[in-house]
Order: sequence, then structure tokens, then C-alpha cells
Amino acid sequence: MQKNVVIAGYVRSPFHFSKKGHLAKVRPDEMAAQVVRGLVEKTGVNTADIEDLILGCAFPEGEQGLNMARIVTFLAKLPISVAGTTVNRFCGSSMQSIHMAAGAIQMNAGDAFICAGVESMSRVPMGGYNPMPHPGLATHYEQAYMAMGVTAENLAEKYNLSRQRQEELTVISHQRAGDARQSGRLADEIIPIINGDTIISSDGCIREGTTAEALADLKPVFRAHGSVTAATSSPLTDGASATLVTSEEYAKAHGLPILARIKSIAVAGCAPEIMGIGPVSATMKALSRAGLSLSDIDIIELNEAFAAQALSCVDELGVDMEKTNIDGGALALGHPLGATGARITGKAAALLQREGKQFALAAQCIGGGQGIATILEAV
Amino acid sequence: MTIQETVIKKVAVIGSGVMGAQIAAHFANAGVPTLLLDIVPKGADERNVLASNAIAKMLKGSPKAFVHPAAAKRVTPGNLEDDFDQLRDVDWIVEAIIEDPDIKNHLYKRIDTVRKDTTIVSSNTSTIPLSHLVKGLSDSFRQNFLVVHFFNPPRYMRLLELVVGADTKLDVLSTVEQFSDQRLGKGVVHCYDRPGFVANRIGIFWMQCGYAAALSSDITVEEADAVMSRPVGIPKTGLFGLFDLIGIDLHPKIDASMANLLPADDAYHSQRCDLSLINQLIEAGYTGRKGKGGFYRLNRSGGGKVMEAKNLKTGDYAPVQKVKLESLKAFKTEGLSGLLNHPDRGGQFAWRVLSNTLAYTASLVTEVADNIVAIDRAMTFGYAWNAGPFALIDQIGAADFVAKMKDEGRPVSDFLNLAAKVGSFYRTIDGNLQYLDVTGEYQNIPREVGVLLLEDIKRKTSPIISNQSASLWDIGDGITCFEVHTKVNALNMDVMDLIDQSIHVVPKNHKAMVIYNEASHFSVGADINGFVDLIEQKNWSEAEKIVAKGQSTFLALKRSPFPVVAAPFGMALGGGCEMVLYANAIQAHVESYLGLVEAGVGLIPGWGGCTAMLERYSVSKRLPKGPMPVVNAAFETISMAKVSGSAFDAKDIGFLRPDDGITFNRDRLLADAKAKALELAENYEIPEVAEVTLPGPTGRSVLASAVRDFKVRGLATEYDVVVCDALADVLSGGQAGDVTTPLSEEDVLALELKSFIDLMQKQGTLDRIKHMLKAGKPLRN
Repeated sequence: MQKNVVIAGYVRSPFHFSKKGHLAKVRPDEMAAQVVRGLVEKTGVNTADIEDLILGCAFPEGEQGLNMARIVTFLAKLPISVAGTTVNRFCGSSMQSIHMAAGAIQMNAGDAFICAGVESMSRVPMGGYNPMPHPGLATHYEQAYMAMGVTAENLAEKYNLSRQRQEELTVISHQRAGDARQSGRLADEIIPIINGDTIISSDGCIREGTTAEALADLKPVFRAHGSVTAATSSPLTDGASATLVTSEEYAKAHGLPILARIKSIAVAGCAPEIMGIGPVSATMKALSRAGLSLSDIDIIELNEAFAAQALSCVDELGVDMEKTNIDGGALALGHPLGATGARITGKAAALLQREGKQFALAAQCIGGGQGIATILEAV
Repeated sequence: MTIQETVIKKVAVIGSGVMGAQIAAHFANAGVPTLLLDIVPKGADERNVLASNAIAKMLKGSPKAFVHPAAAKRVTPGNLEDDFDQLRDVDWIVEAIIEDPDIKNHLYKRIDTVRKDTTIVSSNTSTIPLSHLVKGLSDSFRQNFLVVHFFNPPRYMRLLELVVGADTKLDVLSTVEQFSDQRLGKGVVHCYDRPGFVANRIGIFWMQCGYAAALSSDITVEEADAVMSRPVGIPKTGLFGLFDLIGIDLHPKIDASMANLLPADDAYHSQRCDLSLINQLIEAGYTGRKGKGGFYRLNRSGGGKVMEAKNLKTGDYAPVQKVKLESLKAFKTEGLSGLLNHPDRGGQFAWRVLSNTLAYTASLVTEVADNIVAIDRAMTFGYAWNAGPFALIDQIGAADFVAKMKDEGRPVSDFLNLAAKVGSFYRTIDGNLQYLDVTGEYQNIPREVGVLLLEDIKRKTSPIISNQSASLWDIGDGITCFEVHTKVNALNMDVMDLIDQSIHVVPKNHKAMVIYNEASHFSVGADINGFVDLIEQKNWSEAEKIVAKGQSTFLALKRSPFPVVAAPFGMALGGGCEMVLYANAIQAHVESYLGLVEAGVGLIPGWGGCTAMLERYSVSKRLPKGPMPVVNAAFETISMAKVSGSAFDAKDIGFLRPDDGITFNRDRLLADAKAKALELAENYEIPEVAEVTLPGPTGRSVLASAVRDFKVRGLATEYDVVVCDALADVLSGGQAGDVTTPLSEEDVLALELKSFIDLMQKQGTLDRIKHMLKAGKPLRN
């Protein structure tokens, strides 16, 4: 008999601008360990029951190297019996870690998993210290390594997404995130990070007062006469996130606070030069596996890597913005690559419970041309 | 080393105006923790706001007051209410507040209640006599007080005027002088306690005299500046340009102050004139470059940018006219005398202003300073004149100068008559440079301990070997000095030949070599004029020979059996920078502007610059592991043609190694480099053949895609991509580069040679070279 898989806890660190933000001096392994510890304390899960810590990270080298997941089990003072694996699917890494736990639970290969993600874009550069692409491929199929901003420009062109529309989405994202922060809706999910004598407890990237007029003055950053600016791109961000993924029966037996059940999952490839459209095919597959259509979905967390990228998916899928990213998206909150997947999946689960809705979708795009999606349902 | 331990460990500067803040910055540049204090403005929430803002402003402003942003961290902002007690802990307090004797005196009395007995206090006053400043102060205060007058901007202007009072202790003076000379790098001039001290006493006279002379003649602003600048060895701002630079609004105040302070029989009074034109300019907001303009303005109306000059007669502005004066032609053919004796308005103006100023200066010896050397140094260091007033009289000919004065029936001072009689103010006897003292005796010009000048050596000896482009000198203690002396010190094949010869000659009787010269810049690089001919003749084999020759020469220099120390200062660009990179060690003047700027002319460094940077970054402890950080760093430095803003910045970029030395005083650079050479010569070992591990084609694809990304973003041009690709070929290690196989220096040099010659054969490179030679700036093709 297949086991049901549930998300029984979600937390994250505050998100801050890389280099200039408050988390720049915090090592990623340390940041992930504090968030994992916070998840354990918040859910009250018996750590002896945890099978594995599956940690997503897009650039697992330097301070993020050496199988960071295992290091984090030590730093988070998990029992020595808890295993650790670091997973890389670029921006989809920590949603992938949830998918891997779900698969393992259904294989009867464990009952409880911590599925986390982290990225210090301050301390390990995007692309890594030693990018060494295959020279033949780089010459003959350069889009395999294409810069993300250029893929956003490609989508803006292909879907005829005006700069103004991109800026409108950015303003909405900041407004919603700002409102959520103001009313304390973000504090619920945040584990403060302790760095020496300071405690970092709230987000650093949100610009509440942002207006369309202010954004209109910025110069395009990826193409001389392009439409994508620094404001309509998610910022380089430091942050970590973690979810508790268990079998439904385990959660119920131990009185864990179930947020949502995982209904279906999917990944899909797409053309790398428009990698941002990846969520579309992944979502279609996941919906079909769940036997649902998009109109059945009440809550959507669609990652905003770029405004143009998110809008291309909105247009292609026919997404209703009123039920999408209702507490703001990555344009405002930030996008610590490896941490975003667990954030949006955990967030979708938490929103499902908070809003009392039935179905939720979390989807995101992945560099190199991929999408990943998860459909959740209320328990 | 020549730098001695000093008792100055911590400094405070009071007053965070332009001068105070920048003086604090320069102490910080020298590595000294500095407190910068100012008043708490009324109603200010942030009590250190004045000092904090001054520091922030300096970090943004230009020219840069700090040699490196890290130096700013050594300046601590504070205020005169909360932080006054901290003055207890400092060794030197520099007062740079408003020029008001009562306010200064009041501050001193307050300082005297907290300072240690041994704390030195100095004022940066430019006009107030020291005797006024210390009225009513304690014996201890007066013994520890002196005037230390910096010039603007303090980091760059070498002059530092020191004035002592009757009670100032000798050891206070020597402490300040030694610190200022060695640590701050200043050219110290001892002045007497007279209004304006030395440089401004003469400089203000010169400016006022020039202004009055221009007003009472037909000469235009442009003509006056064309005459009163390069031809007389004065910076190109000339006279009116200097008014604009300093700020015109200061002049009426300075004029009134000098008139008030100078004795009634001083010649300054006779130069004073109606300042209504200046006052009108000030009232209209034309206070100079800091305002809307001054005697010159940039007219942006009508969309364009037109430089305009003031008509002194009508008061109107008109576009700047090209100066055509017969007297300037006479200067070109006959030199300074040709200009001064020419009857046109340019010649008359030049003679009137110079003769008045020089005669006035001659009357001031022993009145403002001990001797003519101090006065000439003050004008060269403080007003950037090529030659001081007395050296200028020597250029004209003292006898001719006096004769012309007498012809015109003007009074001539005894000292001038004396110089005319004996011939000159300066002379060289037995290889010693001497000056004329007021008694008519010639005295040797003393050099401070630790000052070693090639010009002194050159007066006394002949080179060991030499050709028309370079010479090798014996500078004592077994050390040689290799001097390049071409136009702008461009490097050519003669220079390479002499290096080759030197490598054989030096070991015979000497143990080390310093590369150094005393031109305005170390070297602006390879002589690119020659390249144009080779390209147009398509003489690639000759071009290849030249590049290969430079490579083998520099490599031989690096691997010679004796240590080589490069001592750069000013600009060391392109090939000049490569010569520095191939020395075994560097002792750089703090104002060293190094850069591999070949990309600007469509080339890459070909004399080993690429190889040397890869080698330096390979051993850098600051870069992450792996081959790409090394390649990326070299690519960034060379493709962007980065030029260091100081020797500290050069260390940051990687041109200087962590243990290379930095000298603040230009006159001490050779001695410091020589000391370093002597140190290295003990148990010297020839460096092994360097190896670098490079990624090969994978690295090339990273750089290539980065450049294309820059192009797409509009940050790189069409031809930038071509040049960067050629650079990427070299820096990634070519086809043979691989993480498992280190490449030798020779391997990378071969790649450099190939890419260099490839680029030379492209039209885009020829276009860039020609544009650079014609316009003096890079072509963005």
C-alpha cells in the first residue's frame, strides 16, 4: 500500500541581500543548521526518528561543499544516526529534496525526513569559484550555460512582456511582502539567525515603499536595450529554509502539526535559453498526475526569478494572480537559490492551512532549462 | 631602513573642513590612527555629523584623499564636546579650524587643559603670525607649538611649511620634521614667521601682479595663461586658470589680509589694484571651478559644451580663442629669453610679471627663509613650478636679467647685483650642486640623511654603460641603477639592448640593480609609434622579433644572478608596468599608477604582462583555490586596463606583491630601493622557472561567454570582444592548458606572442593605435 506523504513543518531564515545584507558574514552551513534546529524545536519531532537530512544547494562548493548536509547534522546536533545528503538541481534543489523524501517514504525507506535548502550568495559566487564548462558544448550550444538574465530577456521578447508590466508585478510583490511582514505573517515562519552578538530576525530585501515611478528610472542590466532591470530580477540573496516531510501515519501517530499532503510531483526539461518557462510543463505534468486542472488550485506559489519569467508562466498557464504569491514572491523576498524550493513548497502548505483552502501548487524554473512542481492538498 | 621609529603614534585633527579632513586622511594614509574632531552643529541629532560627512565625502570625491579605502577606517570621527578628553591620548594635535586668531587662541587654551605635556600642537594657519596665536598660553604649550602648513590637496602637494616660535623646543621641530618628511612624504621647508610664510608670500604676489598687469594691458585671459604657464615652467592652469581652481572668492580676502599684515614698504602694496571685476564675478556666483565658472566657464546652453573665457575689458564671455602670439613663437626658437624680450603684448606681459615677481623674491631671502634653496623648493613643491624663482633667473641669465631691469631704470637689490656679478644663483663644482648665499659665497646644497638622488650621482660620475635611451649608473655600495631616459621614458629596443648588456656587466663589480629614474613618470610603456610603421609595412617578422626580444630580455632580467628592484613612481604603464613586474622586488613610491593598458590600443600585454599576472595570482593567498579564480583575476585586470590609484591600490590589484615596499617621500625612493636591493643581495637565489596551472579551453569558454554577455549588456564594444578573445586564449592556457598539466612561463609567453601578433594584423588594432596617437584616448570601436 502506498503511504501518504505530508509536510509537517516549515521554517526559514530571514532573507537578506548578498554581500551588503546582515547574513553576509554567516556561513551557509551554520545558517542551515540554525534553521534545521529551529524546525526541530518548532515541530517537536523526535530527532531519533529522522532518516535523512536532504539539503538542497545550487553551488555546493567552498563553505557549501564537503557534503554540507552531513556537516549540518553535526552542527544542528541531530543524533549521529541521522544521515545527510546534499542535493543539486540548481534553483529547484530543495524542492527536489522534498520530492526525494516523498519517494523514499513511499518506498518504505523511512518515515521522517528533514528537507532543507540553503544558499549564501555572498560567500559562494553564483557559478562557483571555478566554472569549467565543456568547451565544445559552450561553443556549439552556448545556451546550455546561458546567463539567467539573458533568458529572462528572451522570454520578455518572446511573450511580448512590456517593461511596465514587469515593474507592476515587482511593485505588487513588494507590497504584498511588505503587508505580510507588517502584519506579522512572515514572522511565523522565520527562525532568527544568531551571529555572534547579533540576532537577525527579519527580512532584509523587501522595499515596501517601492513605486512604479521609482523603478522606471533604472537601466536594463542584461541587454543594452533590454527591459529587465535590477528591480525586475530577484536579488542575489542569502538564506536557508527547511521542511519536515513525513508519512501521514507517522505525523498523526506523533501529533505533528500537518500542513498539507503531497498530492503529486513533477520535473520537466525545456529549452535552456528560455529556462524560465520550465514551470509550465512541470505544472501540467503534476496537475495531470493529480487529476486536477489549474482552476482547481486555490493557492499558488510561483517563484519569481525574474518578473518577465514569472509573467511568461502566468500568461502561458493562465494563472490567476489573486491567488498567487499572496505574501509576496522572490522579487521582494529574495531568491537564495538552494533555499527557494523548500520555501515555496513549505509556504504553499502553510498557506493552504492558514487560508483554509483545498489545493495548492508550488512551481519554479531552473537554470539550464527545467521546471519543477509540487501539488499539495489539505488533510 | 631609513624610516626611524617615531613618537607619533596617534594624531588628532581639529576642524573637518576641506583641509582638516584631508590632512587627517593623509595621516591615515601613513598608517597613523587619527581622530577627526569638529563642533556639534546646533540641533544636530548625529553629533559627529561634520567629521563623519567629511570622511564620507572624501571617499567619494576626486582626486582621492585616501590612498586606499581601508585607510579611511583609521580616521575616527568625533566632536569637540564629547570627545575632547581623547586629546589626552594623542601625540600630535593638528588645528585646522577657521582663520580667526581669537577662536584659535581660545581652542588652544582648552587643549592645554587636557593634553599631555609632550603632545605637540600645530596650526595649519596660512596667514596668522605664530606670535599672535600663542598669546597668553602656558610655557609648556608654547614649547610644543609650531605652525605646520599643508598645501591643498595635502596628499598630492609636496610642500609642507614649518614655522617655529621663539619658545618652540628643538626636539619638537625635529620630531615633526622627521615624521612629515619620512612618513607623510612631504618636502619640508623651514620658514620664518612672516605673513604668508614663503610659498603664498610669493605666489600671491605673482597672482596679484599678473592680474593687475593683464587688466592694464591688451592681453586676453587665454593669452595670459598661454604665456604664464608652460613657457615659464608653471602648470598649464597658468594664472587665471589658477584663480578659478583655488576659488576666486578667496582673492579679495587674501589681498586684504596681506595688505594688512605686510609692512608699509613691502612691494606688494604697489601691485594692488581695483578688484571690482573679481567682485562682480563673485556676486554673480562665478567663484571658479567650484561655482558656475570663473575667468573660464563651460557654456552648456544650446546642447553643446563650449569653453568660454572672460573678456577683461567688456566683462563678457566668448568662446576660448586659439592663442597666436609672435612671442610664443620666439619662445619656441629662442627659449625663455626669446619670450621675455619680445615686444608684443605676450612678451611684455611675461616680462612685467616675471621680473616683478623674481625681483620681489630676491629681496625676500633671509626675510622669509634662510636661503634661495628653501624658497625655490617652496615654489616647486607648493605651486608646482618646474623651476623656482632663482632657478628661473639663472635660466634667463642673472646678468641679462639685471641689465634689463637697469635699462628700464628699475631698482635692483644688492643680492641680485651680486648674482649678476658672479654669474648665477646655482653652480656645479666638482660634481657638487651649490647655491649662492646672501654673503656672496657658494654653499653645497645639503641632502637629508636617507635622501639619494640620481641627479646628484649623475653630476659626479659617468655611467658604467649607456646608449641614447638608457644608462647604467653606480649608486654606491655595490648597487647599480638602470635609468631609462627616452621621451616620456617609452621603452624601445635600445633599452632592451642595454638591459641585456647590464645583465652581463653588473655581476662583474656589483651585486644588484635598481630600475629607477627621475623623470615625471617611471615609463608610459612601449613606443607604439614604431608599431604603426611595422603594421603598415605588414612587417610581422620584425614585429615578432621586437615582442620576443622584450620577453627574453625581461625573463633574463628576472633570472639574472643578481636581484633587481624596480622603483616605480607616477605612471608605469604597459611595457613600463611589465618592466616593474619582471623585477625581483618592488619599492614603489606611494603615488604609483601602474597598469597593463594595452587593450586601449587593441593589444594585449606582450612582454610578459599576462604571464606575470597569472604567476602573481597563482600564489595569491586571497583568491579561492582552483584555476579559474587566477584566470578571472588576470582577465579582469588586463581586459579592463585597470590602473592603480596608488601603490596601496597596486598591491590590492596584484601588481605589487604583499612584501613589496612603499615609500612616501619621492626623494627617498632610490635610497629605499637600494636598501632593499642590498638586503636581497645577501644569499641571493635565482628564482626557479615559474609554473601556472591553467584550465585550457574550458576557461576560454567562460571568459568568451562573459565578454559576449558584456557586449549584450552594452558594456563592451565589437572590437573589445576581439581583443578579449585573444587575451582569453593566453590567460586560459591555450589548447595545451589543462588542470593536470602546469605550464611554464615560456609556454605562456609563447601564447602571449602569438595573440599579440594576431591582434597586430587586425584593422581594429591599427585604428585604435592611430586614434590613441592622435587623440590621446582609446577608440571605442
